[in-house]
Amino acid sequence: MAPIEKVEGRAIPFGLKNVDTDVIIPAKWLKTISREGLGKGAFETLRADPDNLFDQPEYRQAPILIAGDNFGCGSSREHAAWALGDLGIRVVIAPSYSDIFSGNAVKNGILPVVLPQAAIDRLMEVAATDPIHVDLDTQTVTTPFQDRFSFDIDPFRKMCLLNGLDEISLTEKSDAAIAAHEQKMAATQPWLIPAKI
Amino acid sequence: MTRPRTLYEKIWDAHVVEQRPDGTCLIFIDRHLVHEVTSPQAFAGLRASGRTVRRPDLTLAVPDHNLPTTARKDAAGNRLPIADLESAAQLAALETNAPDFGIRYIDAVAAEQGIVHVVGPEQGFSLPGTTIVCGDSHTACHGGIGALAFGIGTSEVEHVLATQTLLLQPAKTMEVRVEGEVGLGVTAKDIILHITGTIGAAGGTGHVIEYTGSAIRALSVEGRLTVSNMAIEGGARAGLIAADATTFAYLKGRPYAPKGADWDAAVAYWTSLATDPGATYDRTVVIDAAEIAPSVTWGTSPEDVVPITGIVPDPDSFADPSKQAAAAKSLAYMGLEPGIRMQDVVIENIFIGSCTNSRIEDLRAAAAVLKGRRKADNVKWAIVVPGSGLVKAQAEAEGLDRIFTDAGLEWREPGCSACLGMNPDKVPAGERCASTSNRNFVGRQGPGSRTHLVSPAMAAAAAVTGRLTDVRDLME
Repeated sequence: MAPIEKVEGRAIPFGLKNVDTDVIIPAKWLKTISREGLGKGAFETLRADPDNLFDQPEYRQAPILIAGDNFGCGSSREHAAWALGDLGIRVVIAPSYSDIFSGNAVKNGILPVVLPQAAIDRLMEVAATDPIHVDLDTQTVTTPFQDRFSFDIDPFRKMCLLNGLDEISLTEKSDAAIAAHEQKMAATQPWLIPAKI
Repeated sequence: MTRPRTLYEKIWDAHVVEQRPDGTCLIFIDRHLVHEVTSPQAFAGLRASGRTVRRPDLTLAVPDHNLPTTARKDAAGNRLPIADLESAAQLAALETNAPDFGIRYIDAVAAEQGIVHVVGPEQGFSLPGTTIVCGDSHTACHGGIGALAFGIGTSEVEHVLATQTLLLQPAKTMEVRVEGEVGLGVTAKDIILHITGTIGAAGGTGHVIEYTGSAIRALSVEGRLTVSNMAIEGGARAGLIAADATTFAYLKGRPYAPKGADWDAAVAYWTSLATDPGATYDRTVVIDAAEIAPSVTWGTSPEDVVPITGIVPDPDSFADPSKQAAAAKSLAYMGLEPGIRMQDVVIENIFIGSCTNSRIEDLRAAAAVLKGRRKADNVKWAIVVPGSGLVKAQAEAEGLDRIFTDAGLEWREPGCSACLGMNPDKVPAGERCASTSNRNFVGRQGPGSRTHLVSPAMAAAAAVTGRLTDVRDLME
């Protein structure tokens, strides 16, 4: 996973609320057995309109997406994060996310920035003409017009994103604790292990 | 004396392997359900890093999303090929990955095959008090038997396969208490549609919802699975309903459920998990069951719910400007005008199925409405898709299949079917479907499809009249 620290570039002023993962990547794209190449299917229904935002020359390969409340709701499909990544998105900025989507984003090197609606409104305005700067280290979003918005992020997620860390390797360091839990459960609740008769 | 705890807190505490200084916990996962769509990249990741599955004995795989619901074997009993090559490749990947990694696997033509969220409880693989995950957001379903169950992404699937744990932040708790008795024609589906309309599609974000109150306690396990299934439609990653005598009666004797003395020990433990008197939730919403009507969605978010006696709302009637804009877009997509009576909306397609509503009780409710009736001529496509092979066999033993086919509906093989536009069962662009599934998103049942979420009895009523219909008008 590619580390992420500073991202600067155009931001797609998308802004819609309750955007579900069926909109981000329709089900027909889920038949792949690979993580690659899903950018083609990203926002497919919206991009059927030739005037869509995503395919405007100024927003092609834009690294930032600005969205509304509850972004990424619905299906748990990680294909949504893969599709955004393949489209070139490294940062999403929204007032809130579905829990599953924000987890999937972080695991794929995409930073989900949470900012209040008033900040989103201002960034939507700036994004129409100018680039936006996101700095994960200092947890700020800035514009060429002296706007400066601070955001919170879970320290563990921040560390993983800054270092591009693979979570499985980190968890494997807790092997002894996992084994101890397994032994305790086998002793106290042996019926937890399914044994089909 | 320890602090009073909620059901959620008790299950969480019992599964903490390690707690980090920031409050993040490494949580042990008791049950991992796997299907073909969200697992291939996880297995590929394991292979690439030389890892194995830590606890294949706690993992169960079954194909469901891609499978066509038409016949799977020819007259001679040979398996028929899957026409869609990408679907076939994805199904083949699971069929290879499961034995390669030593995982229990129910194949596409096994009697027990079905939708993963129907199979788990039906096999007694899903148990109260356990942590259950699956690469599918409707894993929330298993909360109906009192398990902490939630959907995960593919990276997390790989993480669970490799370590049998997940790194999680504790959720906030929310109680949705439904008190009183529901009226005639009101089912578990209407209860959860009403709840979703009340709290909103993001109302439960960051929370685990525990459903309590006399109307929830009165539900069968099938009904509770329907309610908890759609916790995710209200933004909550998981739903919970405390296990009780109804749950125990449902689980006893199921293939993977504890047996003998183990059963008694398990029941004692499960009983101890109920929320303590005096425990507090971060938020409580109280709903009067008597106010819930047979319900239907009008828009493209599951929060867009009205009683069947209601009308399509005017977007300007919403206070929030962003909701006004969203409602206007929804109505344009749905081809509806504000003020139209929901009962005047003409329906061309009927789907009875999905992990929300494909259990035996759902099929009985639909059959009760359809018995001795015919579908309307304007209904072009009407399918009934049982949630599993065992549900199908039970329904056939009760003669329900004949009621459906006599009424002009098609009786299919188990699978996810028309819930998600991924297999051949799709709703044509621009057409409406009265659907017992869980999502009315844009394009969910196929590009351009228009979904109205309803209960199985309401879907059956719509089949009879060819429009959205108050099922109470067809009842005694």
